[in-house]
Amino acid sequence: MADGALSDTTRAAILSIVMLAVGLVVWEMAIPGQAAVGELTEYERLTGGGAQKAGVPPPSEVLVKAWEELSNPFYVNGPNDKGIGIQIGHSIYRVLTGYALAALVAIPFGFLIGMSAVAYKAFNPFIQVLRPISPLAWMPLALFIIQDSNASAIFVIFICSIWPMLLNTAFGVAGVRQDWVNVARTHELGHLKTAFTVILPAAAPTIVTGMRISIGIAWLVIVAAEMLVGGTGIGYYVWNEWNNLDLTSVIFSILMIGLVGMLLDAAFAALQRAVAYAE
Amino acid sequence: MAPKPFLSIERLTQRFPDGQGGMLTVFENATFGIEKGEFVCIIGHSGCGKSTIMNILAGLAEPTSGVIKMDGYEVAGPSLDRGVVFQNYSLLPWLSALRNVTFGVKARHPEWSKKKVDQHARDFLAKVGLDGDVVHRKPSQLSGGMRQRVSIARAFANQPELLLLDEPFGALDALTRGTIQDELLKVWGDTAQTVFMITHDIDEAILLADRILLMTNGPFARIAESVDITIPRPRSRTGIVEHANYYAIRNHLVHFLGQRSKELAGKTTETDDPTPQRVHIDRSAAAPDGESRDGPDGARRLLAVNA
Repeated sequence: MADGALSDTTRAAILSIVMLAVGLVVWEMAIPGQAAVGELTEYERLTGGGAQKAGVPPPSEVLVKAWEELSNPFYVNGPNDKGIGIQIGHSIYRVLTGYALAALVAIPFGFLIGMSAVAYKAFNPFIQVLRPISPLAWMPLALFIIQDSNASAIFVIFICSIWPMLLNTAFGVAGVRQDWVNVARTHELGHLKTAFTVILPAAAPTIVTGMRISIGIAWLVIVAAEMLVGGTGIGYYVWNEWNNLDLTSVIFSILMIGLVGMLLDAAFAALQRAVAYAE
Repeated sequence: MAPKPFLSIERLTQRFPDGQGGMLTVFENATFGIEKGEFVCIIGHSGCGKSTIMNILAGLAEPTSGVIKMDGYEVAGPSLDRGVVFQNYSLLPWLSALRNVTFGVKARHPEWSKKKVDQHARDFLAKVGLDGDVVHRKPSQLSGGMRQRVSIARAFANQPELLLLDEPFGALDALTRGTIQDELLKVWGDTAQTVFMITHDIDEAILLADRILLMTNGPFARIAESVDITIPRPRSRTGIVEHANYYAIRNHLVHFLGQRSKELAGKTTETDDPTPQRVHIDRSAAAPDGESRDGPDGARRLLAVNA
């Protein structure tokens, strides 16, 4: 490169850092300072005028809060005051449990309906009706039937992650090229062997794409679900801090939700690269 | 032909619904035999049902009627005894070249050790000129010619009783095609495999085959003639054109494909003897110079290739 000898990646990274810095500075400057306590009259002080007004905190406060929380993420000071690590841990546990159950159902089932045109047509109307239902709409029914808020949250994750995996698996399996199936047939592979050595690797990129969509949706939904069921979890934490009017914690936890979501997505992106193939 | 050939195809007929309530007969009463170790090519225009015959032999399609017997036993469904090389290579793109071949070897010899399977696969890849690091590449990182080599290695490595080649060189450029034809001849010579091959290329068929079956145009296509290739082996692409029989055979084939395949087409054939008429052209003794090498030959060739 003639100009400056910087790669595109380096230049993009520098630009990202500049944008972050500018954003933080603008945010910091946009927050009006609190009036100093000393300038208040005695009357104002007695009527609470000296108390901090609730306002959007500047980024410096959020960073201090983040440092505080992340340096001790697993403390427990009673049911309403637990460390961020514990809250996120609960959320991840619920997401992964519901998600794993959904994968256990969706992938084999998707395989079956992908292999049989009749099964696909027979199940399609049910899938099309159930799929657009907001997962939270299941919550009352789940709470009534399961009678357990934690299990209900897991159920909601299950029901929201099942559809993209199911449809993508069926679509991927149905789309496996007949040539490859013929290769399996001319080599006298049995049904099970064909499924594992030919159809599964052939459909894997499509299946993993479905899994990646599902984990994204599951992470979106868990926050809302935990706001409803309460007790623990990052969603509950956000809502609890809102009730405490602690906006610094709210902003901090919003950022944590984004960060964890990004990590989950990155894990599936890596899986996607691992199963990808070029024709 | 011997009374009981190794592979015998008897009155094979294929009909499809024509979409207007009727039935379309693609080919009818296809009857021929292939001896063990023989290399037979089939030539015919597109739509005469060559690929359907191939798929039926491979067990991937069912004929409307007729039977196939191998070693006296009727065959149905796909089998490791009948290996196939597909026109589009049909390699599994997520496996390396080597793994594509071991895929077949493992299916053929499930009792072999991993090492033995690997060695066997490498031997056959080497036979078609693939060795070294190339065998670890994925099909997408190989040229078309290399992919077809892998596909040929996969089929030969299984040493099937019958090898079916469905226009294996159709998608390759002329130079690559020549090289792989030579390699195919070499592997075939080493293994004495029975081969049945579809091709559009007359020169390719003369170079490779012991016998060429000629199909009339569809519908109601049938196998009209069986032409002996009376050119001794080993053959080479430059050598065969010198042979006295080359142009005589070639002209016969060109004439059939250019003219008679149409004249004989479109009629149902109610004949008691559906076996193809045997054509044996041998001028090597009578006229050492053979046919003249110029004239309408070049023009007819263009007509026949890829027609």
